[in-house]
Amino acid sequence: MAEDVTPAQFPIPQDEDDHSRRDVIMIAAGGFAAVGFGLGLWPLLDQMNPDQSALSFATTEVDLSHLEVGQAITVMWRGKPIFIRHRTEKEIEEGKAVPLDDLIDPIARNANLPEGAPATDANRAGKDREAWLVMIGICTHLGCIPKGQSPGDYKGNYGGWFCPCHGSQYDTAGRVRHGPAPQNMYIPPYAFLSDTKVKIG
Amino acid sequence: MAHPSSYEPTTGFEKWLDARLPVVRVMSDQFITFPTPRNLNYWWTFGGILVFMLISQIATGIVLAMHYIPAADRAFDSVEHIMRDVNWGWLLRYTHAVGASMFFLAAYIHTFRGLYYGSYKAPREILWILGVLILLLMIATAFMGYSLVWGQMSFWAVTVITNLFSSLDLVIPGLGTQLVQWIWGGFSVGGPTLTRLYSLHYLFPFIIAGVVVLHIWALHIPGNNNPTGIDVKSARETLPFHPYYTMKDGFALVLFAILFALFVFYAPNMLGHPDNYIPANPLQTPQHIVPEWYFLPFYAILRAIPNKLFGVAGLIGAIVVLFFVPWLDTSRVRSTRYRPIYKWFFWAFV
Repeated sequence: MAEDVTPAQFPIPQDEDDHSRRDVIMIAAGGFAAVGFGLGLWPLLDQMNPDQSALSFATTEVDLSHLEVGQAITVMWRGKPIFIRHRTEKEIEEGKAVPLDDLIDPIARNANLPEGAPATDANRAGKDREAWLVMIGICTHLGCIPKGQSPGDYKGNYGGWFCPCHGSQYDTAGRVRHGPAPQNMYIPPYAFLSDTKVKIG
Repeated sequence: MAHPSSYEPTTGFEKWLDARLPVVRVMSDQFITFPTPRNLNYWWTFGGILVFMLISQIATGIVLAMHYIPAADRAFDSVEHIMRDVNWGWLLRYTHAVGASMFFLAAYIHTFRGLYYGSYKAPREILWILGVLILLLMIATAFMGYSLVWGQMSFWAVTVITNLFSSLDLVIPGLGTQLVQWIWGGFSVGGPTLTRLYSLHYLFPFIIAGVVVLHIWALHIPGNNNPTGIDVKSARETLPFHPYYTMKDGFALVLFAILFALFVFYAPNMLGHPDNYIPANPLQTPQHIVPEWYFLPFYAILRAIPNKLFGVAGLIGAIVVLFFVPWLDTSRVRSTRYRPIYKWFFWAFV
Protein backbone atom coordinates (compact mmCIF):
# COMPACT_ATOMS: atom_id res chain seq x y z
CA MET A 1 0.00 0.00 0.00
CA ALA A 2 1.31 3.43 -0.90
CA GLU A 3 2.70 5.53 1.91
CA ASP A 4 0.64 8.59 0.97
CA VAL A 5 -2.86 7.14 1.32
CA THR A 6 -5.16 9.45 3.24
CA PRO A 7 -7.23 7.82 5.95
CA ALA A 8 -10.45 8.41 4.06
CA GLN A 9 -9.17 6.10 1.35
CA PHE A 10 -8.16 3.46 3.80
CA PRO A 11 -9.95 0.37 2.58
CA ILE A 12 -13.13 -0.43 4.42
CA PRO A 13 -13.55 -4.21 4.46
CA GLN A 14 -15.48 -5.17 1.36
CA ASP A 15 -15.89 -8.94 1.43
CA GLU A 16 -18.70 -9.19 -1.07
CA ASP A 17 -20.18 -12.39 0.34
CA ASP A 18 -20.25 -10.91 3.84
CA HIS A 19 -22.58 -8.03 3.03
CA SER A 20 -25.89 -9.51 4.01
CA ARG A 21 -24.58 -10.56 7.42
CA ARG A 22 -23.12 -7.11 7.94
CA ASP A 23 -26.46 -5.56 6.98
CA VAL A 24 -28.32 -7.67 9.53
CA ILE A 25 -25.99 -6.50 12.28
CA MET A 26 -26.21 -2.86 11.17
CA ILE A 27 -30.00 -2.90 10.94
CA ALA A 28 -30.37 -4.70 14.26
CA ALA A 29 -28.01 -2.29 16.03
CA GLY A 30 -29.63 0.74 14.39
CA GLY A 31 -33.07 -0.56 15.26
CA PHE A 32 -32.16 -1.09 18.90
CA ALA A 33 -30.60 2.37 19.04
CA ALA A 34 -33.75 3.93 17.55
CA VAL A 35 -36.02 2.11 20.02
CA GLY A 36 -33.75 3.11 22.89
CA PHE A 37 -33.74 6.72 21.76
CA GLY A 38 -37.54 6.69 21.58
CA LEU A 39 -37.85 5.15 25.06
CA GLY A 40 -35.45 7.74 26.42
CA LEU A 41 -37.32 10.57 24.76
CA TRP A 42 -40.77 9.53 26.00
CA PRO A 43 -40.33 10.52 29.70
CA LEU A 44 -38.79 13.82 28.60
CA LEU A 45 -41.98 14.65 26.69
CA ASP A 46 -44.62 12.96 28.86
CA GLN A 47 -43.48 14.90 31.92
CA MET A 48 -45.22 17.96 30.45
CA ASN A 49 -48.66 16.28 30.62
CA PRO A 50 -50.89 17.14 33.62
CA ASP A 51 -49.33 15.51 36.67
CA GLN A 52 -51.01 13.57 39.46
CA SER A 53 -51.59 16.67 41.58
CA ALA A 54 -53.34 18.41 38.66
CA LEU A 55 -55.57 15.40 38.02
CA SER A 56 -56.62 15.37 41.67
CA PHE A 57 -58.41 18.73 41.20
CA ALA A 58 -60.96 16.96 39.00
CA THR A 59 -64.22 17.83 40.81
CA THR A 60 -65.69 20.93 42.41
CA GLU A 61 -68.87 21.23 44.49
CA VAL A 62 -70.81 24.51 44.42
CA ASP A 63 -73.50 25.75 46.80
CA LEU A 64 -76.25 27.57 44.85
CA SER A 65 -78.59 28.47 47.72
CA HIS A 66 -77.75 32.20 47.62
CA LEU A 67 -78.17 32.55 43.85
CA GLU A 68 -81.42 34.47 43.07
CA VAL A 69 -83.22 34.37 39.74
CA GLY A 70 -81.37 36.53 37.23
CA GLN A 71 -78.03 36.25 39.01
CA ALA A 72 -74.92 34.47 37.83
CA ILE A 73 -71.69 33.29 39.46
CA THR A 74 -68.37 32.11 38.13
CA VAL A 75 -66.55 29.25 39.85
CA MET A 76 -63.29 27.54 39.07
CA TRP A 77 -62.99 23.93 37.90
CA ARG A 78 -59.66 22.55 36.66
CA GLY A 79 -58.43 26.11 36.42
CA LYS A 80 -61.26 27.05 34.10
CA PRO A 81 -64.13 29.49 34.79
CA ILE A 82 -67.54 27.81 35.08
CA PHE A 83 -70.50 30.10 34.43
CA ILE A 84 -73.59 29.23 36.47
CA ARG A 85 -76.63 31.38 35.60
CA HIS A 86 -80.00 31.22 37.32
CA ARG A 87 -82.04 32.26 34.27
CA THR A 88 -85.19 34.36 34.31
CA GLU A 89 -88.44 33.23 32.67
CA LYS A 90 -87.77 35.72 29.88
CA GLU A 91 -84.30 34.34 29.21
CA ILE A 92 -85.62 30.77 29.11
CA GLU A 93 -88.40 31.75 26.69
CA GLU A 94 -85.88 33.53 24.44
CA GLY A 95 -83.69 30.46 24.46
CA LYS A 96 -86.58 28.17 23.56
CA ALA A 97 -87.88 30.45 20.79
CA VAL A 98 -84.76 30.15 18.62
CA PRO A 99 -85.18 27.74 15.67
CA LEU A 100 -82.24 25.32 15.34
CA ASP A 101 -81.71 26.46 11.76
CA ASP A 102 -80.71 29.91 13.01
CA LEU A 103 -77.81 28.53 15.02
CA ILE A 104 -74.19 28.65 13.87
CA ASP A 105 -73.54 25.44 15.76
CA PRO A 106 -76.60 23.12 15.97
CA ILE A 107 -74.94 20.68 18.42
CA ALA A 108 -75.57 20.88 22.18
CA ARG A 109 -71.87 20.41 23.20
CA ASN A 110 -73.19 18.97 26.44
CA ALA A 111 -70.87 16.43 28.09
CA ASN A 112 -73.88 14.96 29.94
CA LEU A 113 -75.75 14.07 26.73
CA PRO A 114 -74.87 11.76 23.85
CA GLU A 115 -72.49 13.29 21.35
CA GLY A 116 -74.27 15.17 18.57
CA ALA A 117 -77.46 15.96 20.55
CA PRO A 118 -79.21 19.01 19.01
CA ALA A 119 -78.63 22.39 20.65
CA THR A 120 -82.17 22.93 21.93
CA ASP A 121 -82.59 25.04 25.02
CA ALA A 122 -83.58 21.94 27.00
CA ASN A 123 -80.39 20.18 25.94
CA ARG A 124 -78.30 23.13 27.08
CA ALA A 125 -79.96 23.76 30.44
CA GLY A 126 -79.86 21.55 33.52
CA LYS A 127 -81.74 18.27 33.32
CA ASP A 128 -85.28 18.93 34.67
CA ARG A 129 -83.91 22.24 35.94
CA GLU A 130 -84.33 24.53 32.97
CA ALA A 131 -83.64 27.66 35.00
CA TRP A 132 -80.03 26.60 35.49
CA LEU A 133 -77.35 26.96 32.90
CA VAL A 134 -73.92 25.53 33.83
CA MET A 135 -71.18 25.86 31.23
CA ILE A 136 -67.48 26.39 30.73
CA GLY A 137 -67.15 30.17 30.36
CA ILE A 138 -64.55 30.09 27.63
CA CYS A 139 -65.17 31.51 24.18
CA THR A 140 -64.74 28.73 21.61
CA HIS A 141 -62.85 31.09 19.34
CA LEU A 142 -59.49 31.57 21.06
CA GLY A 143 -60.14 31.05 24.75
CA CYS A 144 -61.08 34.43 26.24
CA ILE A 145 -63.72 34.74 28.95
CA PRO A 146 -66.88 36.43 27.57
CA LYS A 147 -68.59 39.34 29.37
CA GLY A 148 -72.13 38.92 30.68
CA GLN A 149 -71.80 37.52 34.20
CA SER A 150 -72.05 40.85 36.05
CA PRO A 151 -75.27 42.92 35.94
CA GLY A 152 -73.54 45.86 34.26
CA ASP A 153 -71.82 43.84 31.54
CA TYR A 154 -72.69 44.27 27.88
CA LYS A 155 -74.36 40.99 26.93
CA GLY A 156 -74.46 41.40 23.13
CA ASN A 157 -77.51 41.45 20.87
CA TYR A 158 -78.80 38.09 22.08
CA GLY A 159 -78.88 38.79 25.81
CA GLY A 160 -76.32 36.15 26.76
CA TRP A 161 -72.59 36.81 26.61
CA PHE A 162 -70.26 38.94 24.55
CA CYS A 163 -66.59 38.16 24.05
CA PRO A 164 -64.45 41.31 24.24
CA CYS A 165 -61.53 39.82 22.34
CA HIS A 166 -62.99 39.35 18.86
CA GLY A 167 -66.69 40.14 19.22
CA SER A 168 -68.36 36.72 19.37
CA GLN A 169 -71.90 36.82 20.79
CA TYR A 170 -73.79 34.11 22.68
CA ASP A 171 -77.50 33.82 23.51
CA THR A 172 -79.19 33.05 26.83
CA ALA A 173 -78.41 29.34 26.41
CA GLY A 174 -74.73 30.01 25.76
CA ARG A 175 -75.05 29.22 22.04
CA VAL A 176 -72.91 31.17 19.61
CA ARG A 177 -75.04 33.48 17.45
CA HIS A 178 -72.43 35.73 15.92
CA GLY A 179 -68.88 34.72 14.89
CA PRO A 180 -65.98 34.31 14.75
CA ALA A 181 -66.48 31.61 17.42
CA PRO A 182 -67.31 28.29 15.71
CA GLN A 183 -69.05 26.41 18.52
CA ASN A 184 -71.43 26.84 21.44
CA MET A 185 -69.77 27.19 24.82
CA TYR A 186 -69.15 23.74 26.26
CA ILE A 187 -71.21 22.21 29.07
CA PRO A 188 -68.98 20.35 31.56
CA PRO A 189 -70.00 17.03 33.13
CA TYR A 190 -72.02 17.92 36.23
CA ALA A 191 -74.88 16.71 38.41
CA PHE A 192 -77.21 18.32 40.93
CA LEU A 193 -76.65 16.65 44.30
CA SER A 194 -79.67 18.54 45.75
CA ASP A 195 -81.74 21.59 44.84
CA THR A 196 -78.99 23.89 45.99
CA LYS A 197 -75.82 21.91 45.37
CA VAL A 198 -74.12 21.01 42.11
CA LYS A 199 -71.03 18.87 41.58
CA ILE A 200 -68.92 19.73 38.54
CA GLY A 201 -66.61 17.12 37.05
CA MET B 1 -8.13 21.65 10.28
CA ALA B 2 -5.15 19.41 10.84
CA HIS B 3 -5.62 17.11 7.88
CA PRO B 4 -6.53 17.84 4.26
CA SER B 5 -10.26 17.86 3.64
CA SER B 6 -11.53 14.89 1.71
CA TYR B 7 -15.17 15.92 1.60
CA GLU B 8 -16.63 16.05 -1.92
CA PRO B 9 -20.10 17.62 -2.11
CA THR B 10 -22.19 15.54 -4.49
CA THR B 11 -25.67 17.01 -4.75
CA GLY B 12 -26.38 20.53 -5.98
CA PHE B 13 -27.66 21.58 -2.56
CA GLU B 14 -24.51 20.32 -0.81
CA LYS B 15 -22.33 22.32 -3.23
CA TRP B 16 -24.48 25.41 -2.71
CA LEU B 17 -24.31 25.02 1.09
CA ASP B 18 -20.59 24.16 1.09
CA ALA B 19 -19.75 27.44 -0.65
CA ARG B 20 -21.66 29.40 2.00
CA LEU B 21 -21.46 27.52 5.31
CA PRO B 22 -19.25 24.42 5.08
CA VAL B 23 -20.83 22.78 8.12
CA VAL B 24 -21.20 19.41 6.41
CA ARG B 25 -17.54 19.55 5.38
CA VAL B 26 -16.45 20.26 8.97
CA MET B 27 -18.57 17.42 10.34
CA SER B 28 -17.31 15.05 7.67
CA ASP B 29 -13.66 15.96 8.18
CA GLN B 30 -13.79 15.99 11.98
CA PHE B 31 -16.10 13.13 12.81
CA ILE B 32 -16.12 10.76 9.82
CA THR B 33 -12.78 10.76 8.03
CA PHE B 34 -10.74 12.15 10.93
CA PRO B 35 -7.47 10.16 11.06
CA THR B 36 -7.33 8.40 14.42
CA PRO B 37 -4.47 6.22 15.70
CA ARG B 38 -5.30 2.54 15.15
CA ASN B 39 -4.05 1.45 18.57
CA LEU B 40 -6.40 3.40 20.90
CA ASN B 41 -7.62 1.21 23.77
CA TYR B 42 -10.91 1.38 25.67
CA TRP B 43 -9.62 4.10 28.00
CA TRP B 44 -10.00 6.37 24.98
CA THR B 45 -13.77 5.83 24.76
CA PHE B 46 -14.57 8.03 27.74
CA GLY B 47 -14.51 11.25 25.71
CA GLY B 48 -17.56 10.10 23.79
CA ILE B 49 -19.18 8.84 27.00
CA LEU B 50 -18.65 12.26 28.58
CA VAL B 51 -20.37 13.98 25.64
CA PHE B 52 -23.31 11.63 26.15
CA MET B 53 -23.38 12.41 29.89
CA LEU B 54 -23.35 16.16 29.27
CA ILE B 55 -26.27 15.86 26.85
CA SER B 56 -28.13 13.59 29.29
CA GLN B 57 -27.62 16.02 32.18
CA ILE B 58 -28.72 19.04 30.13
CA ALA B 59 -31.81 17.22 28.78
CA THR B 60 -32.99 15.94 32.17
CA GLY B 61 -32.01 19.24 33.82
CA ILE B 62 -34.06 21.42 31.48
CA VAL B 63 -37.03 19.15 32.11
CA LEU B 64 -36.59 19.19 35.89
CA ALA B 65 -36.38 22.99 35.81
CA MET B 66 -39.94 22.98 34.45
CA HIS B 67 -41.17 21.58 37.78
CA TYR B 68 -38.65 22.84 40.32
CA ILE B 69 -39.36 25.97 42.40
CA PRO B 70 -36.23 27.83 43.59
CA ALA B 71 -37.69 29.31 46.77
CA ALA B 72 -36.31 28.54 50.23
CA ASP B 73 -39.69 27.47 51.62
CA ARG B 74 -40.85 25.51 48.56
CA ALA B 75 -37.73 24.02 46.94
CA PHE B 76 -37.69 20.82 49.00
CA ASP B 77 -41.43 20.28 48.52
CA SER B 78 -41.16 20.86 44.78
CA VAL B 79 -38.48 18.15 44.60
CA GLU B 80 -40.82 15.77 46.41
CA HIS B 81 -43.57 16.87 44.02
CA ILE B 82 -41.30 15.85 41.14
CA MET B 83 -40.73 12.47 42.80
CA ARG B 84 -44.39 11.75 43.50
CA ASP B 85 -46.66 13.66 41.13
CA VAL B 86 -44.85 14.56 37.93
CA ASN B 87 -45.09 11.94 35.18
CA TRP B 88 -41.77 10.04 35.15
CA GLY B 89 -40.46 12.63 37.65
CA TRP B 90 -38.75 9.93 39.74
CA LEU B 91 -36.92 8.65 36.68
CA LEU B 92 -35.87 12.11 35.51
CA ARG B 93 -34.58 13.14 38.93
CA TYR B 94 -32.74 9.89 39.61
CA THR B 95 -31.21 10.02 36.13
CA HIS B 96 -30.02 13.56 36.82
CA ALA B 97 -28.71 12.82 40.32
CA VAL B 98 -27.04 9.50 39.49
CA GLY B 99 -25.97 11.10 36.21
CA ALA B 100 -23.84 13.59 38.15
CA SER B 101 -21.98 10.69 39.79
CA MET B 102 -21.55 8.84 36.51
CA PHE B 103 -20.38 12.08 34.85
CA PHE B 104 -17.64 12.43 37.48
CA LEU B 105 -16.72 8.75 37.27
CA ALA B 106 -16.18 9.11 33.52
CA ALA B 107 -14.41 12.47 33.91
CA TYR B 108 -11.99 11.11 36.50
CA ILE B 109 -11.19 8.08 34.33
CA HIS B 110 -10.72 10.41 31.34
CA THR B 111 -8.39 12.64 33.40
CA PHE B 112 -6.32 9.76 34.74
CA ARG B 113 -6.10 8.35 31.20
CA GLY B 114 -4.56 11.67 30.20
CA LEU B 115 -2.16 11.55 33.15
CA TYR B 116 -1.16 7.93 32.52
CA TYR B 117 -0.47 8.22 28.82
CA GLY B 118 1.05 11.71 28.99
CA SER B 119 -1.69 13.31 26.92
CA TYR B 120 -0.99 16.63 28.66
CA LYS B 121 2.50 16.95 27.16
CA ALA B 122 3.42 19.11 24.18
CA PRO B 123 1.78 19.71 21.80
CA ARG B 124 -1.43 19.12 23.81
CA GLU B 125 -1.02 21.57 26.74
CA ILE B 126 -3.97 23.76 25.71
CA LEU B 127 -6.12 20.67 25.27
CA TRP B 128 -5.20 19.59 28.79
CA ILE B 129 -5.79 23.04 30.32
CA LEU B 130 -9.23 23.24 28.72
CA GLY B 131 -9.94 19.81 30.19
CA VAL B 132 -8.99 20.95 33.70
CA LEU B 133 -11.18 24.01 33.16
CA ILE B 134 -14.10 21.74 32.28
CA LEU B 135 -13.43 19.70 35.44
CA LEU B 136 -13.45 22.89 37.50
CA LEU B 137 -16.74 24.01 35.92
CA MET B 138 -18.19 20.54 36.54
CA ILE B 139 -17.26 20.73 40.21
CA ALA B 140 -18.96 24.12 40.52
CA THR B 141 -22.04 22.95 38.62
CA ALA B 142 -22.40 19.74 40.61
CA PHE B 143 -22.08 21.59 43.90
CA MET B 144 -24.74 24.14 42.89
CA GLY B 145 -27.07 21.44 41.62
CA TYR B 146 -26.74 19.49 44.85
CA SER B 147 -27.67 22.58 46.83
CA LEU B 148 -30.97 23.02 44.95
CA VAL B 149 -32.60 20.04 46.69
CA TRP B 150 -32.50 22.21 49.83
CA GLY B 151 -32.31 19.24 52.15
CA GLN B 152 -30.07 19.13 55.21
CA MET B 153 -26.99 18.03 53.24
CA SER B 154 -27.63 20.64 50.56
CA PHE B 155 -28.01 23.46 53.01
CA TRP B 156 -24.93 22.62 55.03
CA ALA B 157 -22.86 21.96 51.93
CA VAL B 158 -23.69 25.49 50.78
CA THR B 159 -22.82 26.83 54.20
CA VAL B 160 -19.47 25.05 54.36
CA ILE B 161 -18.41 25.70 50.76
CA THR B 162 -19.33 29.39 50.80
CA ASN B 163 -17.53 29.74 54.12
CA LEU B 164 -14.34 28.61 52.38
CA PHE B 165 -14.14 32.20 51.18
CA SER B 166 -14.27 33.48 54.77
CA SER B 167 -10.74 32.13 55.18
CA LEU B 168 -9.65 35.27 53.33
CA ASP B 169 -10.30 37.05 56.64
CA LEU B 170 -7.00 35.55 57.72
CA VAL B 171 -5.28 37.42 54.88
CA ILE B 172 -7.10 40.74 54.99
CA PRO B 173 -9.42 41.06 58.02
CA GLY B 174 -13.02 41.68 56.89
CA LEU B 175 -12.48 40.75 53.24
CA GLY B 176 -13.71 37.18 53.62
CA THR B 177 -16.79 38.15 55.61
CA GLN B 178 -17.67 40.82 53.06
CA LEU B 179 -17.25 38.37 50.20
CA VAL B 180 -19.33 35.65 51.86
CA GLN B 181 -22.17 38.08 52.56
CA TRP B 182 -22.05 39.10 48.90
CA ILE B 183 -22.35 35.45 47.86
CA TRP B 184 -25.17 34.80 50.33
CA GLY B 185 -27.12 37.98 49.64
CA GLY B 186 -27.70 38.14 53.40
CA PHE B 187 -26.16 37.30 56.74
CA SER B 188 -26.70 33.57 56.34
CA VAL B 189 -27.50 31.04 53.63
CA GLY B 190 -31.10 31.69 52.59
CA GLY B 191 -33.58 32.37 49.81
CA PRO B 192 -31.42 34.84 47.85
CA THR B 193 -28.55 32.31 47.92
CA LEU B 194 -30.80 29.60 46.52
CA THR B 195 -32.09 31.63 43.56
CA ARG B 196 -28.59 32.67 42.47
CA LEU B 197 -27.32 29.10 42.78
CA TYR B 198 -30.26 28.01 40.61
CA SER B 199 -29.58 30.64 37.96
CA LEU B 200 -25.90 29.72 37.72
CA HIS B 201 -26.60 25.98 37.83
CA TYR B 202 -28.66 26.47 34.68
CA LEU B 203 -25.99 28.61 33.02
CA PHE B 204 -22.81 26.62 33.71
CA PRO B 205 -23.60 23.48 31.68
CA PHE B 206 -23.84 25.62 28.57
CA ILE B 207 -20.46 27.17 29.34
CA ILE B 208 -19.14 23.61 29.77
CA ALA B 209 -20.60 22.71 26.37
CA GLY B 210 -18.79 25.71 24.86
CA VAL B 211 -15.46 24.74 26.43
CA VAL B 212 -16.03 21.15 25.24
CA VAL B 213 -16.17 22.46 21.66
CA LEU B 214 -12.82 24.21 22.23
CA HIS B 215 -11.47 21.02 23.88
CA ILE B 216 -12.38 18.95 20.80
CA TRP B 217 -10.99 21.64 18.52
CA ALA B 218 -7.71 21.60 20.45
CA LEU B 219 -7.70 17.80 20.20
CA HIS B 220 -8.18 17.77 16.45
CA ILE B 221 -5.21 20.03 15.72
CA PRO B 222 -2.44 17.65 16.93
CA GLY B 223 -4.77 14.64 16.74
CA ASN B 224 -5.15 11.90 19.36
CA ASN B 225 -2.31 10.73 21.54
CA ASN B 226 -2.16 6.92 21.78
CA PRO B 227 -1.16 4.28 24.35
CA THR B 228 2.47 4.22 23.20
CA GLY B 229 2.78 7.99 23.45
CA ILE B 230 4.70 7.95 20.17
CA ASP B 231 3.44 10.24 17.42
CA VAL B 232 1.63 8.70 14.48
CA LYS B 233 4.19 8.54 11.65
CA SER B 234 2.04 8.00 8.59
CA ALA B 235 -1.53 7.63 7.48
CA ARG B 236 -1.08 3.85 7.61
CA GLU B 237 -1.05 4.05 11.38
CA THR B 238 -4.47 5.70 11.45
CA LEU B 239 -8.06 4.75 10.76
CA PRO B 240 -10.97 6.98 9.79
CA PHE B 241 -12.99 7.90 12.89
CA HIS B 242 -16.12 6.45 11.31
CA PRO B 243 -16.92 3.57 11.36
CA TYR B 244 -14.01 2.31 13.46
CA TYR B 245 -14.18 4.58 16.49
CA THR B 246 -17.85 5.46 16.30
CA MET B 247 -18.46 1.72 16.73
CA LYS B 248 -15.88 1.27 19.49
CA ASP B 249 -17.12 4.36 21.36
CA GLY B 250 -20.70 3.26 20.78
CA PHE B 251 -20.03 -0.18 22.27
CA ALA B 252 -18.31 1.33 25.30
CA LEU B 253 -21.20 3.75 25.68
CA VAL B 254 -23.67 0.86 25.78
CA LEU B 255 -21.68 -0.85 28.55
CA PHE B 256 -21.46 2.43 30.47
CA ALA B 257 -25.18 3.04 30.00
CA ILE B 258 -25.90 -0.41 31.48
CA LEU B 259 -23.92 0.49 34.61
CA PHE B 260 -25.72 3.86 34.71
CA ALA B 261 -29.12 2.16 34.39
CA LEU B 262 -28.28 -0.36 37.14
CA PHE B 263 -27.74 2.52 39.54
CA VAL B 264 -30.80 4.50 38.37
CA PHE B 265 -33.20 1.58 38.59
CA TYR B 266 -31.78 -0.56 41.39
CA ALA B 267 -29.77 1.72 43.69
CA PRO B 268 -30.69 5.32 42.92
CA ASN B 269 -29.88 6.52 46.44
CA MET B 270 -26.76 4.45 47.01
CA LEU B 271 -24.43 7.26 45.90
CA GLY B 272 -26.34 9.93 47.83
CA HIS B 273 -26.74 10.65 51.51
CA PRO B 274 -30.08 9.85 53.24
CA ASP B 275 -29.93 13.04 55.30
CA ASN B 276 -30.71 15.04 52.20
CA TYR B 277 -34.28 13.74 52.47
CA ILE B 278 -34.62 15.89 55.59
CA PRO B 279 -35.67 19.47 54.75
CA ALA B 280 -33.02 22.12 55.36
CA ASN B 281 -32.83 23.27 58.96
CA PRO B 282 -30.63 26.34 59.53
CA LEU B 283 -30.47 25.59 63.27
CA GLN B 284 -28.96 22.11 63.14
CA THR B 285 -26.00 20.67 61.29
CA PRO B 286 -26.30 16.96 60.42
CA GLN B 287 -24.19 14.70 62.61
CA HIS B 288 -22.39 12.86 59.79
CA ILE B 289 -21.80 15.52 57.21
CA VAL B 290 -19.81 14.43 54.18
CA PRO B 291 -19.91 15.50 50.53
CA GLU B 292 -20.87 13.26 47.62
CA TRP B 293 -18.23 10.61 46.85
CA TYR B 294 -16.74 12.56 43.96
CA PHE B 295 -15.71 15.38 46.30
CA LEU B 296 -14.33 13.19 49.08
CA PRO B 297 -10.64 13.72 48.12
CA PHE B 298 -11.08 17.47 48.46
CA TYR B 299 -12.97 17.03 51.72
CA ALA B 300 -10.11 14.88 53.00
CA ILE B 301 -7.67 17.72 52.30
CA LEU B 302 -9.77 20.09 54.43
CA ARG B 303 -9.85 17.61 57.30
CA ALA B 304 -6.17 16.72 57.04
CA ILE B 305 -4.79 20.25 57.29
CA PRO B 306 -5.35 21.65 60.79
CA ASN B 307 -5.34 25.28 59.69
CA LYS B 308 -8.28 27.09 58.07
CA LEU B 309 -6.36 29.16 55.53
CA PHE B 310 -3.90 26.45 54.51
CA GLY B 311 -6.66 23.86 54.35
CA VAL B 312 -8.56 25.99 51.84
CA ALA B 313 -5.33 26.74 49.98
CA GLY B 314 -4.59 23.01 49.79
CA LEU B 315 -8.07 22.30 48.47
CA ILE B 316 -7.79 24.89 45.72
CA GLY B 317 -4.16 23.98 45.03
CA ALA B 318 -5.12 20.34 44.45
CA ILE B 319 -7.08 21.40 41.39
CA VAL B 320 -4.95 24.33 40.27
CA VAL B 321 -1.81 22.19 40.21
CA LEU B 322 -3.37 20.23 37.35
CA PHE B 323 -3.15 23.34 35.16
CA PHE B 324 0.65 23.26 35.50
CA VAL B 325 1.21 19.54 35.04
CA PRO B 326 2.43 19.94 31.43
CA TRP B 327 5.39 21.96 32.72
CA LEU B 328 5.92 20.19 36.03
CA ASP B 329 6.58 16.93 34.22
CA THR B 330 9.88 17.36 32.41
CA SER B 331 10.22 13.78 31.18
CA ARG B 332 10.44 13.51 27.41
CA VAL B 333 8.73 10.13 27.44
CA ARG B 334 4.97 10.47 27.09
CA SER B 335 3.43 7.14 27.92
CA THR B 336 3.70 5.64 31.38
CA ARG B 337 4.14 2.29 29.65
CA TYR B 338 7.79 3.24 29.27
CA ARG B 339 8.24 4.97 32.63
CA PRO B 340 8.36 2.17 35.23
CA ILE B 341 9.06 4.37 38.26
CA TYR B 342 6.38 6.87 37.35
CA LYS B 343 4.05 3.90 36.94
CA TRP B 344 4.47 2.96 40.62
CA PHE B 345 3.84 6.50 41.74
CA PHE B 346 0.83 6.79 39.46
CA TRP B 347 -0.95 3.77 40.90
CA ALA B 348 0.04 4.71 44.44
CA PHE B 349 -1.52 8.12 43.77
CA VAL B 350 -4.73 6.63 42.41
